[in-house]
Amino acid sequence: MKVPVSWMSSYCDPGWEPEHLAERLAMTGTEVERVGIVGAPSAEGFVVGRVLAVEPHPDADRLSVCKLDAGEVERTIVCGAPNVAAGQLVAVALPGAVLPDGTKLKQAKLRGVVSDGMILSETELGIGDDADGIMVLDDPASSSGQPSTSPGSAGLARPGAAGPEPTPGDSLAELLPVSEPVLELAVTTNRPDCLSIYGVAREAHAISEAPLADPPWSEDAEAGGEGSVSDHASVSVEAPELCQRFTVRVFLDVEVGPSPAWLKSRLMAAGQRPINNVVDITNYVMLVTGQPLHAFDLEGVPDGELVVRRASEGEKMTTLDGVERSFDSETMLVCDREGPSSIAGIMGGQTSEVSDSTKRVLLEVATWDGVNILRSSRSLGLRSEASARFEKQLHPELTMRAQQLASRMLIDLCGARMVPGTIDVHEELPEPRKVTLRVARVKALVGMEIDADTCAARLERLGFGLERRGEEELVATVPPERDGDVTREADLIEEVARLADLDRTLPATLPAAGNRVGGLTREQGLRRLAEDVLRDLGGDEIISWSFTEPGLADGLRLPEGDRRRDVIAIANPLSADQSVMRTTLAGGLLDAARYNLSRGAERVALFESGRVYLRDGEPVVGSGPPGGEFSGRRPPPVLEPHRLGLLLSGAPQRAWRDAGPAPDFFVAKGILEALCGQLGAELQVEPAEEPFLHPGKSGRILIGELPAGWIGELHPLVARAWDLDAAAGFELDMGPVVTAAAYGEERYEDFTTYPPVNEDVAVVVPEGLPAAEVRAAVLEAGGALLHEAEIFDLYRGKQVGEGKSLALRLTYRASDRTLTEEEIAERRDAVRVAVEKIGGSLRE
Amino acid sequence: MVERIAEIRAEAEAAIAEASSTAELGELRVRFLGRGAELTLILRGIAELPAEQRGAVGKSGNQARGALEKLITDRGEELDASELERSVSEERVDVTLPGAPSPAVGHLHLITRTRRRIEDTMVGLGYRVMEGPEVELDHYNFTALNHPPGHPARMAQDSFYVAPGSVSAAALESAAVSLDEAVVLRTHTSPMQTRAMEAQGPPIFIVIPGKVYRRDSDATHSPMFHQVEGLAVGEGITLADLQGTLTEMLRAIFGEGREARMRPHYFPFTEPSVEFDVSCYRCEGGGKLADGSRCPLCKGVGWIEVGGAGMVDPNVFGFVEENGYPPDTTQGFAFGFGIERIAMLRHDVPDLRRFFDNDVRMLEQF
Ligand SMILES: [Zn+2]
Repeated sequence: MKVPVSWMSSYCDPGWEPEHLAERLAMTGTEVERVGIVGAPSAEGFVVGRVLAVEPHPDADRLSVCKLDAGEVERTIVCGAPNVAAGQLVAVALPGAVLPDGTKLKQAKLRGVVSDGMILSETELGIGDDADGIMVLDDPASSSGQPSTSPGSAGLARPGAAGPEPTPGDSLAELLPVSEPVLELAVTTNRPDCLSIYGVAREAHAISEAPLADPPWSEDAEAGGEGSVSDHASVSVEAPELCQRFTVRVFLDVEVGPSPAWLKSRLMAAGQRPINNVVDITNYVMLVTGQPLHAFDLEGVPDGELVVRRASEGEKMTTLDGVERSFDSETMLVCDREGPSSIAGIMGGQTSEVSDSTKRVLLEVATWDGVNILRSSRSLGLRSEASARFEKQLHPELTMRAQQLASRMLIDLCGARMVPGTIDVHEELPEPRKVTLRVARVKALVGMEIDADTCAARLERLGFGLERRGEEELVATVPPERDGDVTREADLIEEVARLADLDRTLPATLPAAGNRVGGLTREQGLRRLAEDVLRDLGGDEIISWSFTEPGLADGLRLPEGDRRRDVIAIANPLSADQSVMRTTLAGGLLDAARYNLSRGAERVALFESGRVYLRDGEPVVGSGPPGGEFSGRRPPPVLEPHRLGLLLSGAPQRAWRDAGPAPDFFVAKGILEALCGQLGAELQVEPAEEPFLHPGKSGRILIGELPAGWIGELHPLVARAWDLDAAAGFELDMGPVVTAAAYGEERYEDFTTYPPVNEDVAVVVPEGLPAAEVRAAVLEAGGALLHEAEIFDLYRGKQVGEGKSLALRLTYRASDRTLTEEEIAERRDAVRVAVEKIGGSLRE
Repeated sequence: MVERIAEIRAEAEAAIAEASSTAELGELRVRFLGRGAELTLILRGIAELPAEQRGAVGKSGNQARGALEKLITDRGEELDASELERSVSEERVDVTLPGAPSPAVGHLHLITRTRRRIEDTMVGLGYRVMEGPEVELDHYNFTALNHPPGHPARMAQDSFYVAPGSVSAAALESAAVSLDEAVVLRTHTSPMQTRAMEAQGPPIFIVIPGKVYRRDSDATHSPMFHQVEGLAVGEGITLADLQGTLTEMLRAIFGEGREARMRPHYFPFTEPSVEFDVSCYRCEGGGKLADGSRCPLCKGVGWIEVGGAGMVDPNVFGFVEENGYPPDTTQGFAFGFGIERIAMLRHDVPDLRRFFDNDVRMLEQF
């Protein structure tokens, strides 16, 4: 919403600089995006001049040489406009003035004649659209002339209108908004009243306490025609639930033409293009009152019959912008006997457009259902100044405000006669809303005392009717333009509080401590720990998009039926590559690896801690967010387990002494073991295939026996698809990890009283036997005394033939005694038997 | 004999004093104290001496031996130390070579660090951290936050909708919502307000960090970003308490001495509603830098916009009334803001999109 400051000030002038006004508005709830200037950057150098004489230019047919009185001295100005004539009062830019387009005016020689300034057209001033000739300020016949009838106190007042006749040399700014400060407001959806100049003036009044002029619509026009409006028009509303009120007036003998300069300049400053006086009046009245209105050429409405109804599916109409549009059955139309004439509350149609030949005007001012207008405007992809107001739900009371002001302007500015009467179709109109404010509640909610008199004064300035009920209660009657926003006591408290200069007066306190204790949940703490471990082991944390491309499933070679193909799809994605929710962290990690390696990184160790989105299924073990279970009465629509993913790729770390390892399966597994070790979660990896992993170098992660993800080297074909040489990584479900984690629950074990006994053994087993099975067999045979069996070496070679030799360090310990050599020998024999049972032997 | 012992001792003492290496000292030990050394032989031959000589010779011989042994040991330690000094002074490494690299330590994402900092601040103020679903029912994202269907504020947050049929019918059934109820990617962290109040009666003091989604993409909008929501509901909580809480929080994030300022605004789920700003930490809120130029960070305003807040709207309590939140007597405040914005302000990150490029040249800066 653009609010020209001089226009607003004609209703309420706080006497503030525009920047200060903007700041105070912003601090009381009306956001100001910027303070702009319409027209010239400054009014300096723009004056009123009187043309004294006009002579043809000696060397140019189209130019005239004019003598001007522009104050002080007589000036010679060369002018190219055909309409310049002696005696005219004109707008002049003197050398040094900066025009709206940024040109700085200089004395210039035009075909040998020195021109000491410039006589201006509307376009050159940026306040109108007439570029054909200069603006004549005092010519009653000219479009630029002042209106013959005085708008008086009813609010048509414009700068200079009430003052004395302008004289040459006066600053042009006294007469026209040469350099107009304009507030650009970002109006919130609850305040359609601030989509009106008078509404903003009321805010200025409420803030500054400067006087507020009576509303410009407070006086109605006098009918001048004969008969009755029903002789010219009829209205039938077939969908009253979507049209609370529909009012019509009819005007005869309308003289369509350009609007006067003051009107055009106000519209221009507010960002509206002037069209003709009738259309300009509808726009002007909308800007003043906040109530949109629509003028029909009555000739375009056969017999003046209007029908307000829902469109039939697929019905079509060409709107004023020349586009043919097709409607669904929820769109409201204003139709004539032959078909749609305008889209209700959004845009008019061509058949009844007001044109230069229009003589009879039907003025419609209606109240539409906001939800319906918003829906239709979105489904049509068509927003207008009108729909932007209607969608915020206007009050039916506003219609007559607009009718009254527009009627007077049509009579004053278009010489129209108003046919007596108003067609006014409506269901029962709502009674004014009354809301009670208990003054004590203000302090209870705001935390600051605001007394009853102050509350009352603030509400009255905002237009509320007030009735005191004892010392402690106010009954406020809500003005119609605020009806949708203020319905409860809390809303009144907001009105009172927002005018309290909160930035200066509100104390800063803290809620009573009570018996609350803040903190992270155990799950959150463990997740942080896990992230820290991955960081400490070299991982750079990434955050990749939660949405991905549907083709990722193919890229990862996921077979039909794989759960990860069962994606949550976005109905309205921004692009196809962000159109489904991820079911694995692998895609984001691979993309980030490729991104970095292709930009010069030699190696990457990336990890992500985030959710995947699964369509179905039980929450993964572990309650709370890691497992995807959230509080609330209604379960969430999809499953969102939290995962940790890691990907290593690129060249090994180089160094002058010991180079780092290549990023293979075991490096990834080392990190996984360290992670689970820190969290105290028991980890197992068993051989298993994943479509996107190397079939011989991949496995399934088990945490405390529960499946919890994959680990492995990337399948070479997948690596190739992501331009990677080789890569390894894992994806781990946090739910099982958190459930199994012993972190924080560890118990002290005595290690000093009875020291352990260590013994190294070498076990020769067949090549295909997994090391974990060997270790498990050894541990089982070692029984309670065997505390740990750690594999520390792997040997293949002649000495062990076809098999492999694993070296294990066995740690025996008992908590209550020193172990004897006999006890250990006994265990060693048991281990030997167990190893032989699985096809191996102890090497001596 | 006793004289001879004295001679030997004197000779040995001189030789030991002159010894210049531990090797030489070893030779002296053999020469004077070894098996064939004269002194050794004398002591061994004592038995064969006349009885009246035995005592004197034995005594002086043993004294000499003890003295020499001590001398050799002491001198040996001396020589050993000086030899070590000498050899150490000959060992040299190039101290300018880089150290043998320990495994590189990585980096948490700046968003994670910023989120944790905010969480920790709020934990210190007595808040618990909760998390909610990102794929959310329309009911929680809008309706229960006082955005009735068709409400214009719904459109202000351009939502991603989940394709019908993408969510299993069973899931919707268990949520007791109709199959045609919209499912959205949550547009804010606020839906968790209702979920949390459904799960727990008052008082409630929680923060809710997490990912949110809006259908918008440019240098200042990302379709996915992170928010933190705060909710405090309890007896007698006021707008002034919100002012105090925001001040404490913003000071913890932006430094002591910062101020919070509230500007009245509109949100459907708070009443009164405000936007809140922090006083500019570059120009100390004055709008001008030391050299008098306009502060580029706050653009001369002295304040930087941070987020939205307000007193929880009674209509929101209406949705959780049965869990101990009667709308006419319950009071509380809520606030929310973007984590990216905080991180951008604190660390001069110029473009929102940098957070999701995952470029290690950025990640490794933090
Ligand atoms: Zn600043």
